[in-house]
Amino acid sequence: MKKLNLSKGARTDLLTYAGVILAFIVVSTLKNNGGLNRSQVGLLVPICCYIVMAVSLNLVVGILGDLSLGHAGFMSVGAFSGIITAMALAEAIPSAPLRLALAMVVGAVCAAIFGFLIGIPVLRLSGDYLAIVTLAFGEILKEIITCLLVGVDENGLHVIFNYNGAKNANDLNLAAGGRIIIKGAQGATGTQTIASFTAGFVLILITLIVVQNLIRSRQGRAIMAVRDNRIAAEAVGISITRYKMMAFVTSASLAGAAGALFGLNYSNLAAAKFDFNTSILVLVFVVLGGLGNIWGSIIATVVLYILPEALRGFANYRMLIYAVVLILVMLTTNNPIMKGYLASLREKLGKRSEKEANEA
Amino acid sequence: MKFLAYLVSGISLGSIYAIIALGYTMVYGIAKMLNFAHGDVIMVGGYISYIAASNLGLPPLISVLLAMAVCTVLGITIEALAYRPLRSAPKLAVLITAIGVSYFLQNSALLIFGANPKAYSPVVSGTLQLFGGQLSVSYVSLLTVACCIVIMVGLTLFTGRTRMGKAMRACSEDKGAAQLMGINVNRTISLTFAIGSALAAVAGALLCSFSPTLMPTTGSMPGIKAFTAAVFGGIGSIPGAFLGGILLGVIESLAKAYISTQLSNSIVFAVLIVILLVRPAGLLGKHTQEKV
Amino acid sequence: MTAGSLRVLNPQNVWGAETELNRDGFYPSLHTTLKPVTRVNYLPERDADKTPILECIDLGISFGGLKAVDNFNIALGRTEIAGLIGPNGAGKTTIFNLLTKVYQPTHGTILLDGKDIAYMTTEQVNRAGIARTFQNIRLFHNQTVIDNVLIGLHNEMHYTMAESVLRLPRYWKAEKIARERALEYLSLFHLEEHAEELAGSLPYGAQRRLEIARALATNPSLLLLDEPAAGMNPSETAELMENIVRIRDTFQIAILLIEHDMNLVMNICEGIAVLNFGRIIAKGSPDDIRSNPAVVEAYLGRKGAKKL
Repeated sequence: MKKLNLSKGARTDLLTYAGVILAFIVVSTLKNNGGLNRSQVGLLVPICCYIVMAVSLNLVVGILGDLSLGHAGFMSVGAFSGIITAMALAEAIPSAPLRLALAMVVGAVCAAIFGFLIGIPVLRLSGDYLAIVTLAFGEILKEIITCLLVGVDENGLHVIFNYNGAKNANDLNLAAGGRIIIKGAQGATGTQTIASFTAGFVLILITLIVVQNLIRSRQGRAIMAVRDNRIAAEAVGISITRYKMMAFVTSASLAGAAGALFGLNYSNLAAAKFDFNTSILVLVFVVLGGLGNIWGSIIATVVLYILPEALRGFANYRMLIYAVVLILVMLTTNNPIMKGYLASLREKLGKRSEKEANEA
Repeated sequence: MKFLAYLVSGISLGSIYAIIALGYTMVYGIAKMLNFAHGDVIMVGGYISYIAASNLGLPPLISVLLAMAVCTVLGITIEALAYRPLRSAPKLAVLITAIGVSYFLQNSALLIFGANPKAYSPVVSGTLQLFGGQLSVSYVSLLTVACCIVIMVGLTLFTGRTRMGKAMRACSEDKGAAQLMGINVNRTISLTFAIGSALAAVAGALLCSFSPTLMPTTGSMPGIKAFTAAVFGGIGSIPGAFLGGILLGVIESLAKAYISTQLSNSIVFAVLIVILLVRPAGLLGKHTQEKV
Repeated sequence: MTAGSLRVLNPQNVWGAETELNRDGFYPSLHTTLKPVTRVNYLPERDADKTPILECIDLGISFGGLKAVDNFNIALGRTEIAGLIGPNGAGKTTIFNLLTKVYQPTHGTILLDGKDIAYMTTEQVNRAGIARTFQNIRLFHNQTVIDNVLIGLHNEMHYTMAESVLRLPRYWKAEKIARERALEYLSLFHLEEHAEELAGSLPYGAQRRLEIARALATNPSLLLLDEPAAGMNPSETAELMENIVRIRDTFQIAILLIEHDMNLVMNICEGIAVLNFGRIIAKGSPDDIRSNPAVVEAYLGRKGAKKL
């Protein structure tokens, strides 16, 4: 029999796909048979969005090794451009899934454009300077969207950039039957919620294909080379600019698609939702899941997103508990004694699986 | 005259940013970490001085001193419990821990003091009328600017002249080498956190006097802005933090007055990005190149 | 594996008439504007009638007021092994950093195969044909040994990002060929058994060899080795010497090396330049250098030189 010879990395990738597909099947079965209550069902789409956010942020923080604190900004761009697309095309494209798909593509493209713009200064900076600049960009995007008034009628889109707060929705001059899509600080109102769990699942799969295939290619190796040793990477002919930008723009566009899905899951959504606390939330998922570890990001997102919900019984104490858990996890996983123990455990497991593989 | 009024309010707002940034820059210089909890120490300082003044009826000066004492202890405790065990851990682990501490402080304040904003009564009241009443400057503003200058000069002298100050600079450059020279690195870092937190308490009281609402999230935006100010001026540099803070306050105040209230933060951040593009190490920072 | 099979891998490196044409066709004005240089350089006889692979003309850099390298002139034959020696702090590594554009020269010209590289970045210089190793080893420590070489082969593969994300045929084909080539490079240095280990876990000597393999993978016409024998024991050094000569013979490339091990330098280098305080104080064949009083003085000081 021909033995399937897979490298360790490829095996992990396949297991990740398998895990995601299995989880989707289990959860949808539960959902269809009434095994989930309303609030649990309500969590499904956001979890999918945050998984995509975490995996895409891992591409920048874990694979490229640059700290970004503005990932929510791309989500925001994707969300609002996606909402505008879906709402403006409500009559032109009656099929909701198609509209949703188109909205996600538009969200991804818009976020990619912003990713490119933000990438330009990002390429010149590193470390904490980069972190503060990405944070700044995220806040700028948030404030800019807060100033937007957008409406649609039979003449097309009407957009006002209401930078001094002097105008309101009436100034859009919409014809009769027109709809207001974004109302300044209130954000998107009256959005048709066309997001679905299946779309979330497909988006996760696409994200995994993009990120995992990218990592195990010459481009991915180049990105990791830039992370590990910038000077050596340059010396073997790798363009730092090109690959930093590639990672950054890819990550931004995936976040944009996730944003579009997220935006179309709520009838009301304010830009303030995507502030730096959201960026940090996603960063926490990535760090706790393990830098550069894709399936780790997925699991960390699911656990940490559900944790505060599961702690609802503790009412006011839940965020306090969350904070304590966060600190304790960081302290224990980085404790030298614990680290040694974990490493030896991993070695033992690795040896056992190797042995089994040899025997098989 | 209007312009002058905006400028004055910008300078006094900037002085608050500068006081926070001075603490931030010292902590960053030595611990090399983005201390996201710094802004929340400001908030704690605000609450302590609020309680001391309104509930215990202590005079403003005593209540601020009390806040400084509590925040100093808080700063040292945070460092010892949360950051010290992670001294050799990856940077991101420390960052996440700092975020955890920040959540912890915010939610503790939420539980203890509630979500409703508290009306803070300024540490000093009254205004100074200038140019026959055309320009009025509040005493709080004057006090803020004075505090900021005193603190800046004090810190410069402290780090430049004293034994402990020199130890601090040595630790920020190379902890291993400092240790070999007989410097107690842990104690030096503790001291730095103590100073930074005490400054945060002062800033908290002044910030709340300036814009008299106090909430559990009061500190987070000023904390970020102060870090921006520190980066602006060149992180690790004391005059840089001062300059960055003042500039930031002035830009914010003028942007609010002449361009847009909604976009004032964006304008501040945009200026930061432009400055970093031109001078990647900030206005007064030193650029270091990796040796090949 | 035989040397012959590797030669096929690098057809560009087998020097031919094509390059000669290129040289004259390219930058014709350059040769008229250049100052005439007095060529006191020794080129190996077999390379003497061809364009030198590297020419430095009045190359220099100053940091602040300090002239770290000044008036550096050399020419390197296409298949020459040359050595750069000198006391610590003489500016040897600085010259490597100038050649690879890690530092920008403050004056002077670098001609690689007759072409000026003034406006190139480090990464472009590598693609133009200069590969290097580092004095303090710079491997990608957290990646496997074979991945390190695959990163070196980066510009030898030509599939796009879309092709890698969609896993189109070109991806599989290029990856397969690259993997085979990477193993060939590794086998040159007896590293093929460690292919799947982490580069950081290799012993010191093996890390140095891996760094050379990675540099070679970028298909250079000039290889710069910064203290390749540092930290090696005598038998490892002897093997390294053989390896260096073999690399030159197999790939037909020029090698410029910085080394403190005089045995290595005197045995394998055909031309040697001695640097002190940023200036060349002697240049010539190993025999010339050995008997040069200025060199002896630079290494031992005036008093020591007298004693000899």
